[in-house]
Amino acid sequence: MTQEFCHVQHVQQVADNVFVLTFSSEEISESIQPGQFINIKVNEGTEPLLRRPFSVYRTDRKQVQIIFNVIGKGTAALRKKNKDDWLDVLGPLGVPFGFDNDDYKTAILIGGGLGVAPLPILTKSLKKIGKGVVTFLGSRSSNHMAENHLENLNVATDDGSKGFHGTVVDLAKERLSVDMFARPKIFACGPTPMLRAVASMSNERDIPCEASLEGPMACGFGICQGCPVELIGSGKKYALVCKDGPVFDIRTIRI
Amino acid sequence: MVNTSLKLANVELKNRVLVASGTYGYGDECLDVADVNKLGGIITKSLSMNPREGNPPTRIVETPSGMLNSIGLANIGVKKFISDKLPFLRTLDTTVIANIAGSTIDEYCEVLDALEAAGGVDGYEINVSCPNVREGGLSFGTSCELTEQITRRLRPRTGKPLIVKLTPNVTRISDFARAVEGAGADAISAINTLIGMAVDIKTRMPTLSTVTGGLSGPAIKPIALAKVYEASRAVGIPVLGIGGIMNTTDAIEFLMAGASAVQVGTANYIDPAAGIKIAEGIHSYCVEHNIEDVGSLVGWLEAKADISVVDAWL
Repeated sequence: MTQEFCHVQHVQQVADNVFVLTFSSEEISESIQPGQFINIKVNEGTEPLLRRPFSVYRTDRKQVQIIFNVIGKGTAALRKKNKDDWLDVLGPLGVPFGFDNDDYKTAILIGGGLGVAPLPILTKSLKKIGKGVVTFLGSRSSNHMAENHLENLNVATDDGSKGFHGTVVDLAKERLSVDMFARPKIFACGPTPMLRAVASMSNERDIPCEASLEGPMACGFGICQGCPVELIGSGKKYALVCKDGPVFDIRTIRI
Repeated sequence: MVNTSLKLANVELKNRVLVASGTYGYGDECLDVADVNKLGGIITKSLSMNPREGNPPTRIVETPSGMLNSIGLANIGVKKFISDKLPFLRTLDTTVIANIAGSTIDEYCEVLDALEAAGGVDGYEINVSCPNVREGGLSFGTSCELTEQITRRLRPRTGKPLIVKLTPNVTRISDFARAVEGAGADAISAINTLIGMAVDIKTRMPTLSTVTGGLSGPAIKPIALAKVYEASRAVGIPVLGIGGIMNTTDAIEFLMAGASAVQVGTANYIDPAAGIKIAEGIHSYCVEHNIEDVGSLVGWLEAKADISVVDAWL
């Protein structure tokens, strides 16, 4: 974990209310692992007061990208950043996806809405180590979809404006019934209802699954104890999203 | 050469900036980004006899220039603290104060006894803002009599500094300050968080799982200053000022209002090195203003002006 003041490069709109912010950081671009996050103080002063956690979306040659919707004061401030503005960035934080091991062959990536955030950086790492990648991405409509930098993409929209008309998990189920993927493992990120559906799908089909969670947090590294997630079947009742996660084996947590 | 130290009973703090309980873990999480040895002291997360899992989510919500928390005293328990965390804390070159919590007065005593037997902490801060199981879950800290009783029971059990952390959720904090001074406390910490609440209009539910929580951050600073002013005028023992301190200016305001030292809390979540920067900032302020001892800032308002009517605005 380092604390670094980083220069903003640019903010680009990539879909309806979806923005990608690029900033420079050699340290973070080189050390961050897929699924880890950074905690950004977007302003000086006390309004908003706390840092804002973001998954890293992509890294490239000393540049780091995050993707966000404007939903509150923090993201509204980020939207307005210009080249050479400063961000106070704390990271890398948390536990990355367990992607670099031999317990699977094909990575099934499932993202809902802005849950796409950690998938491009994960895709890049998966390709480097020669894993097969199949991606399912769900969104409200085609206008809200950030579908770049993904592999073997299958899309679903709530309104049917693009791809499968329905939820991303129903689409994934359909494909998993038809296609045989060699030793699959699911990597999922998205809203709670989606993760619940992913959990039951992975259970039914006995496919290992890791999910990246989010939750309100103040510090991002374990001192505030503000982001508990309930554990199943262990002596301990809670884990912390920021420190023990944000990536968890989906069978170990109550979503 | 500026004297930044503070004598707290028989312990000398190297400077007057500590990190508040519950905002710095057990001191080992911040090492990557903060040289914790430059702090005047570390006050640990509250320790209870047995581990506590804490409250269900949601535990935290941001509010205007502040935050509400309802952690529920999640902690590893005093035994695990002694075996897993204390060896590291012992290696630090800063004062380590253990914060103690309990559901009964006996539990406070047991935790303190366990720490006394283990050795290695320099003093104790007593968190009286815990639900008292014997009294139906009401906080010890809102009863002057119980706050005094806890202090009286703990006092003979240790020769180390005994600090009582007062809650602001009472009518007159000065009554509580006098009571714990009379019961033998070496110092007072003021203030703990204020009771607050947030409502989520999407779910139409209280945002926090426990409905109410503790408000901290810059939003409470003016209240904290007033309470520190009131408490410090009521007693002769030092007051450790807490409440929304984000920077050097805030800290000096507390010293001038009567705090002998300050604790940095919520600011640590945003900048784990905030306390160190503030300690350095106080030093620079003194150099700039030819002040030889930070202690001469303490209670400056009272010393320099006749400000005798606290409630004059009423």
